[in-house]
Amino acid sequence: MTTTAPDVTKAAKPVKAKRGGVMGNTGLYIATGVATILFLVPFYLIVRNSLMTDPEITGEEWKWFPTTIQWGNFTEPFNDVTVDFAQSMWNSVVVAVLHTAGILLICSLAGYGLARIPYKHANKVFYAVLVTLMVPTAVTFVPSFVLVSSLGWVDSYRGLIIPGLFSGFTCFLFRQYFLGFPKELEEAARVDGLGYWGAYWRVVVPNSLNFFAAIATITFINGWNAFLWPLVIGQDPSAWTVQVALSSYMTNQTVNYHLIFMATAISILPLVFVFLFLQRWLVQGIAQTGIKG
Amino acid sequence: MSTTTTRGVAQPAPAKVSKTRPRRGLRANSTFNFWLFTGPFLIGLVIFVFVPIGWSIWLSFFEARFTVTPSNFVGFDNYKQILTDTNFRNSLVTFTVFAAFIVPATWAMSLGLALLVNRVRFMRAFFRSVFFLPTAVSYVAASLIWKMSIFNGVRFGLANTVLGWFGVENIAWLANPDPPWYWLVIVTVRLWLQSGFFMILFLAALQNIPQELYEAAAIDGAKRGWQTFRHITLPQLRATSTAVILLLLIAAYQAFDEFFNLLAKATWGQPPLVELYKMALGQNQNYGAGSAGAVVLTLLICVVTLFQGKIMGFGRGEESK
Repeated sequence: MTTTAPDVTKAAKPVKAKRGGVMGNTGLYIATGVATILFLVPFYLIVRNSLMTDPEITGEEWKWFPTTIQWGNFTEPFNDVTVDFAQSMWNSVVVAVLHTAGILLICSLAGYGLARIPYKHANKVFYAVLVTLMVPTAVTFVPSFVLVSSLGWVDSYRGLIIPGLFSGFTCFLFRQYFLGFPKELEEAARVDGLGYWGAYWRVVVPNSLNFFAAIATITFINGWNAFLWPLVIGQDPSAWTVQVALSSYMTNQTVNYHLIFMATAISILPLVFVFLFLQRWLVQGIAQTGIKG
Repeated sequence: MSTTTTRGVAQPAPAKVSKTRPRRGLRANSTFNFWLFTGPFLIGLVIFVFVPIGWSIWLSFFEARFTVTPSNFVGFDNYKQILTDTNFRNSLVTFTVFAAFIVPATWAMSLGLALLVNRVRFMRAFFRSVFFLPTAVSYVAASLIWKMSIFNGVRFGLANTVLGWFGVENIAWLANPDPPWYWLVIVTVRLWLQSGFFMILFLAALQNIPQELYEAAAIDGAKRGWQTFRHITLPQLRATSTAVILLLLIAAYQAFDEFFNLLAKATWGQPPLVELYKMALGQNQNYGAGSAGAVVLTLLICVVTLFQGKIMGFGRGEESK
């Protein structure tokens, strides 16, 4: 479960006096070990509950591990008649991917325009963007829902994806990044006869892939995990994302423990993969921008 | 090697784009390019951010139940209704209690983890990944684990099982507002989900503390450990701490997912956004009062954000390199 990615958290320079202070090395590792165990407990419970039978989960005796691992549980959420889990997973994939692609395209272009293209009123436009940072989207979900429902976008991918693409915050981050982008590269492109548009796609973007990857990783995770907006828009079960489906399990009359934990495990899997392979960019993005959502 | 773009002066676009001399056509006109780049974003921003906000303010002055095109102007009645509404007031109290717990707890936990990971020499990447991994888990999934497996009110929940070994009776963690054990459930969910994320911020800040400071402190006879931490590390982390606390406050203010899922049918522990959700999208569909509530909450958060802007500064600071 380790990644060997070099990043901001590389070892600090060794301090000469290794021992002494509040915690010796033993205390340090004990504390770290205890914290590690506590942090892994929820993951352990997901795995345990999703690979057990219900009688084992609800039995008199606490069982740390399943007697026989129930690999068959894996298909159960997909065969469940009450919640269309497969559809909700697919919806989440579509929404998270398009949400990420759309935000990257729209907000990066705007950020570049604001940072680099001279225009008389650019500052006024930038202030208009800053004003929207004051208003968290979560708080304005009531009027947004009103607008989207009057467009007839309830229960549609459009309604799930489009309203979230215009993130003032992401635009702001791209602007800050492009302000620090070396001018010489663009000037060279300009001399070669490229306009702003050509220089942007041929020079700026290829040289900014790290930053794009960092923003993409954060955006994808937020898109996959979003709950409030999909809950509001998904009036009909066919438009539920996986988060709304999970939420519905909790209010169901009959509780099928191994099934809902398997569903939870499946919903987390894609992100664990994203996390393991892209952790480097994720950490970089967070360290650089200090944001979430 | 100068560029031929006109700085800051909009030029009228020529009628025809010349293909042979591209650097004098539309492509080189910076006004056109500015709108080409920012246009799509700005149009969307107007439609999906400014229009809803404006509509919300407009709706908040009307009697609007089950309709979003009301005709009955009621002035500030919705605001009166909201501000005297016990549920709405209670939601602000809930938020205050929640923030009082979660902000210091997350701050301490994420700083503690950062200090641990920063000092560990052995398997550092592994420990960092473990603490960071919950960042990838959704609030809904985590709420489900907490509600169905850890703090399940029946005997086979993990917490009750462990307490049972010590002879403690089963506790109904979420189903009972008195004693308010539900706070323990709610705070620990968010603590687990958030701490790793903020740990990364603290780690980055710890890496930036000049080593010379510690060397100088050692020469001055400061003991390693508490003294150094108190007089070097903490003051050096002040900017990060301030930012983290404000981010935590704003995030707590918008808490919805875990409350909605953990306390689905409860009447207690309802934060502001859950109240708004019930008001506007529940049985009554009272868009007028819901919008008034949204305006009130937005104004409150604006105050916090402006405060944050003052402290951290917006605009052209912040090199990203």
